[in-house]
Amino acid sequence: MTLQMRAPAPSAALHESPSMTSPAAPLVRFRDVRKNFGALAVLKGIDLDVAPGEVVALIGRSGSGKSTALRCVNGLEKVDGGELTVCGRALHSGTVDLRELRQDVGIVFQSYNLFPHLTAEQNVTLAPRKVKRIGKGEARDLAAEVLAQVGLADKAQSYPEQLSGGQQQRVAIARSLAMHPKLILFDEVTSALDPELTGEVLKVIERLARGGMTMMLVTHEMAFARSVAHAVVFMHQGKVWESGKGEMLAHPQTVELRQFVGNGL
Amino acid sequence: MLGLTIEQIAYLFRGAGWTIVLSLLGFVGGTLLGLPVALARSSQSRLARALSGVLVQVVQGIPLPVIMFVVYFGISIGGFDVPALVAAGVAMTLYAGAYLGEIWKGCILAVPRTQWEAGECLALTSTQRFVFVILPQALRIAVPPTVGFLVQIVKNTSYSVVINFFDLTYSAKVINNSTFRPFTVFTIAALIYFAICFPMSLLASRFERRLHRG
Amino acid sequence: MSYEFDFSFLDEYLPDLWHGIWLTLGMTTASILPGFALGTLCAVGRLYGPPWARRAVVIYVEGIRNTPLIIQVFWLFFGLAVLQVRIGPFAAAVIALVINVGAYTAEIMRAGFLSIPKGQIEAASCLALKPSQALWSVQLPQAVERVYPALVSQFVLMMLATSIMSQISAEELTGVAYMIQSFTFRGFEVYLVIAVIYLVMASLLRLTLLGVAQVSFPRRRRLGTPL
Repeated sequence: MTLQMRAPAPSAALHESPSMTSPAAPLVRFRDVRKNFGALAVLKGIDLDVAPGEVVALIGRSGSGKSTALRCVNGLEKVDGGELTVCGRALHSGTVDLRELRQDVGIVFQSYNLFPHLTAEQNVTLAPRKVKRIGKGEARDLAAEVLAQVGLADKAQSYPEQLSGGQQQRVAIARSLAMHPKLILFDEVTSALDPELTGEVLKVIERLARGGMTMMLVTHEMAFARSVAHAVVFMHQGKVWESGKGEMLAHPQTVELRQFVGNGL
Repeated sequence: MLGLTIEQIAYLFRGAGWTIVLSLLGFVGGTLLGLPVALARSSQSRLARALSGVLVQVVQGIPLPVIMFVVYFGISIGGFDVPALVAAGVAMTLYAGAYLGEIWKGCILAVPRTQWEAGECLALTSTQRFVFVILPQALRIAVPPTVGFLVQIVKNTSYSVVINFFDLTYSAKVINNSTFRPFTVFTIAALIYFAICFPMSLLASRFERRLHRG
Repeated sequence: MSYEFDFSFLDEYLPDLWHGIWLTLGMTTASILPGFALGTLCAVGRLYGPPWARRAVVIYVEGIRNTPLIIQVFWLFFGLAVLQVRIGPFAAAVIALVINVGAYTAEIMRAGFLSIPKGQIEAASCLALKPSQALWSVQLPQAVERVYPALVSQFVLMMLATSIMSQISAEELTGVAYMIQSFTFRGFEVYLVIAVIYLVMASLLRLTLLGVAQVSFPRRRRLGTPL
């Protein structure tokens, strides 16, 4: 911790859940988490909590470590130091069954990564059928339910290439929802989309937020982060530089965030 | 040695010599036929494209042993007594010409269209454009698949056994008939083929990697 | 020099020709699925298997691809005879074809697997699929779809290659041709006819395999995307 580099901490203290009203134990708990790629230190001691039902937005420049931090949460990246607990599993111990973890933690990628050879319905039900062994009829109902949640009930039989980028991304969100995760990670999910298509995806995420889904999002959409996220975490040079409620973006405490927000808005 | 006499092993190597001779014949003949085929296949003329296309399709749709037989009996209906080497050589020429033509057509077409246009802008005639702009680039692309196809030529000369051409396969068959040691005989034959083909396969993939890096 | 073509043998030997055609097609169809399965298994072993499996696949693939099919056939057929293992020429031919085409298929399928974007595998693993489930449900269908045209060409080549199986006295089409010409001394005509039959069979096989693709890749069927 290099306190001297950081301005006075904002209201939400780093070691507590940013939304301090939540009494439940955090779903995600970073404590001094470190991660290196070779000689390059990408995460230099991250502290962060995500409470159930909370929406946390990670913002920062590219290379700030925000995506890496997110990918640590479902074990796509291994942590090299510190403690990371997700849904009661200690990822730093190295003994966690990633397949079990990933039934609780969904992820949506920037590039959708839908399976091109499967219809929207098949994309959504593949994992529930193979992993949770649900039956055909149940799978169909499940697909109808989650596709309706993202507003694509009528696209169940479409293949990804027949859908717009925004629709594909919504199917990808539905694919995550179908596993009934406790937490969903969003890795720059609107960055590959044309501006006119980002709205429909953000609207779906906003609806999920209102429904109480716990989410962590890496995003460049500052207005969205401010209005939807319960907590915003600004990362810089592999550290949590500043964090707090959405209004913090209007009143940055650090020069770096001020510059970042200034560029972004 | 290995239950075979020195003479028998020497006989195998003599066969291998003829395998190489037939392979070279096939490659030289195939190049002479394949070049015009490649030009015709990639030409502007619809007729040239169609005719050469038919030749390629026909040769690629008939088994090489059958081509060998057709050539063999075809030449002999003139009343000539054809040496098997001639028949096999002609058949290998047809076979290699069709495949090399198709491979090289791909190489010519792989040169980016912008290169043609650039040549046009320099006021070169279409022949000049082809010879000085397209061909050198196509040749570079052509090296790996051509070396790779050499392996096919060497392996496929073995089909000349059907018209009793004396090559490595034929000699192995003869030795096996007299010694009844199929594992020994055909393993030696396989190793000789492998010793000829494998270095070329390696070379082809090395060229390919270099091409993709460059 | 005047040569009079004489195709009168066609009447008399038509049943034999049919028999040869059936045997050729039988050998081919019997070899396609096992050959594909063997090749796919080897591609998977080469890409994801333990070091010994990778090495074994490389030796197998390079060994087969750098020696002629006919030597492999002789080795197997005469070798088995010496070992007193009695299998007919048809079975020997199919085994040799499967082993042979398996090596080529392994290389084709390996290229197919390698061409799948990494994000697909990452997405599958993030959905808690086991590696084997991802391989079966996500990677394999996409790999096959991507390399299908190359597979079709390979199997057509394999069909043409059955023409040497008369060398181990399997009476496929070329073997029947040899028999007819030895009775009629009309070698040129006989092999011309045979050549045309192979041309037709090659086209039919190609069309059939492309038809199979239309059925097995529903996306292609629905979207009309050509392979």
